[in-house]
Amino acid sequence: MINRLTDSLEFHSQALSLRAERQRLIASNIANADTPGFQARDFDFAATLRAASGNNAVGEGIAQGVMRGDSAGTAVPVLRYAVPSQTHLDNNSVDMDRERSAFIDNAVKYESTLRFINASLRTTLDAMKSHNQA
Amino acid sequence: MSMLRIFDVAGSAVSAQSQRLNTVASNLANVDTVAGPDGKAYKARQVVFQTTLMGNVAQREASAGVRVSNITEDQSPGRRVLDPKHPSADADGYVTYSNVNPVEEMVNMMSASRSYQNNVEVMNTARGLLLKTLQIGQ
Repeated sequence: MINRLTDSLEFHSQALSLRAERQRLIASNIANADTPGFQARDFDFAATLRAASGNNAVGEGIAQGVMRGDSAGTAVPVLRYAVPSQTHLDNNSVDMDRERSAFIDNAVKYESTLRFINASLRTTLDAMKSHNQA
Repeated sequence: MSMLRIFDVAGSAVSAQSQRLNTVASNLANVDTVAGPDGKAYKARQVVFQTTLMGNVAQREASAGVRVSNITEDQSPGRRVLDPKHPSADADGYVTYSNVNPVEEMVNMMSASRSYQNNVEVMNTARGLLLKTLQIGQ
């Protein structure tokens, strides 16, 4: 029983660390928006999380309780290069509009993952509380 | 803790952009300077940005920061104005001013200030996220 709770917690913590990783990557892209020759990079979040949690159906996995915390599941994201929407003379492929929206999107999703973790923790704590006092 | 690295990355970008703003300021300040004591007019300066890896490269934790690799001087000839009464005029009566192009500098300034703001925004967001991360379980 407790296994299930910690499993979903593990899934979310993995998602959280990947979100942090992606946030760092996008911050690097934004920092290098004016560097000649810099190529923007990003990774496929869903695929990396799938690889990290060792499951093909990420979302359904938790609900059915089949998600297994893979101990070796700290997958290294495969970094891909962005295809520039407009070419620049200095070969810089950072698209500020895309990076900004990706940054905000990632920040919001990071926060929602945090909320999932908090709610999950609260549920576990509630279950562990003694209810005899009332 | 990879989120903490964001401050290094965005901080390096902010400092590089402020250095760029600095050169823009000195260029704009010298728009109207004539040839100095050495007989050469001020030449517009330009920073060159370069990506620098920060953090543990071996563990694939490296993130890409920025640094100013060097500052180049624009070697194009300065603006020459015919003004025989000017104390710095040469034998033909021409005064050589600096080769700063104010329009270019203003554009450069806008771009630098926008990039600076972007990176400050990145730091603020990262700070907010980290503070919320600290509150897990509370």
